[in-house]
Amino acid sequence: MYKIAAIGDRASVYGFAALGLDTYFVTAADEAKKLIRKLEDDGFAVIYITEQLAELIKDELARISEAPLPAIIPIPGVYGNTGMGMKAVNESVVKAVGSDIV
Amino acid sequence: MPSTNVNPTRMELTRLKRKLVTARRGHKLLKDKRDELMRRFLELVKENKELRRKVEHGIAEANKEFALAEAVMGSEAVKTALLAPKQSVSVEASSKNVMSVNVPVFDYKTRTADKSDIFSYGYASTSADLDMAVSSLSKVFPDMLRLAEVEKACALMAAEIEKTRRRVNALEHVMIPDYMEKIHYISMKLDENERSTQIRLLKVKDMVIQKNYDAKHAAQ
Repeated sequence: MYKIAAIGDRASVYGFAALGLDTYFVTAADEAKKLIRKLEDDGFAVIYITEQLAELIKDELARISEAPLPAIIPIPGVYGNTGMGMKAVNESVVKAVGSDIV
Repeated sequence: MPSTNVNPTRMELTRLKRKLVTARRGHKLLKDKRDELMRRFLELVKENKELRRKVEHGIAEANKEFALAEAVMGSEAVKTALLAPKQSVSVEASSKNVMSVNVPVFDYKTRTADKSDIFSYGYASTSADLDMAVSSLSKVFPDMLRLAEVEKACALMAAEIEKTRRRVNALEHVMIPDYMEKIHYISMKLDENERSTQIRLLKVKDMVIQKNYDAKHAAQ
């Protein structure tokens, strides 16, 4: 049985607690990296992360994107949509096809 | 001749021919794999984009409602209301094999049987805006989970496609031409050897005949 977490600044993720997700409030990059490593070991299959925070720890996310679990999904925070999530999708298309065709 | 560091022997020739056949078959299989992966990948990416748009929109809406609730109730009250969640979700992660890529499949379960059992507070002391916010967030949640599944699958498949494409290209542009060139070189060399042996035999035969002829004439 795996768990689901939401991490990011407090205002962006506290709502997810109502749905039963584990919420963690972090804003600093190294703190977030440490937290993600811990969550990996603790059996989290899905980690939602605010785009602002994801932007800070890109290298860590790149490392995890090759592993089957966990899935780390950037979501927009309260400060608006940075378009980073969409960009990540386009990047995977470029990686696979060689150019952005969709 | 670039790569002539092969022994021009028949044994080497058969070995290389066998290798060429294997390489060709591998190339064809990998090409098929790449094409099928690409087809599925493009389908998945389309879904991924659609889901992402939906989820991003849904979360933005929910955030607006939370902001409204906070404005009405005060942020402390909202925090207290959500302090002790009633519901908890867990996911069952299995994996599905798509063209040798193991993509995750998530199936989520809530602790209480009623999935809409998400209000962890009494209605008396909270504003209706908070209910709206929480329920709109819970509406996007199934899509969020599906997004996690699809996005992870896309990332894994993209990596696999890249790898497969490299293999196909290496076989097509390096390995197969290399084998063909080596085979060509060996067969040419063997033919040449054969011809030179034949010529040598002819010469020797000529010499023997000449010698016999001379011996006969000398005797007469």
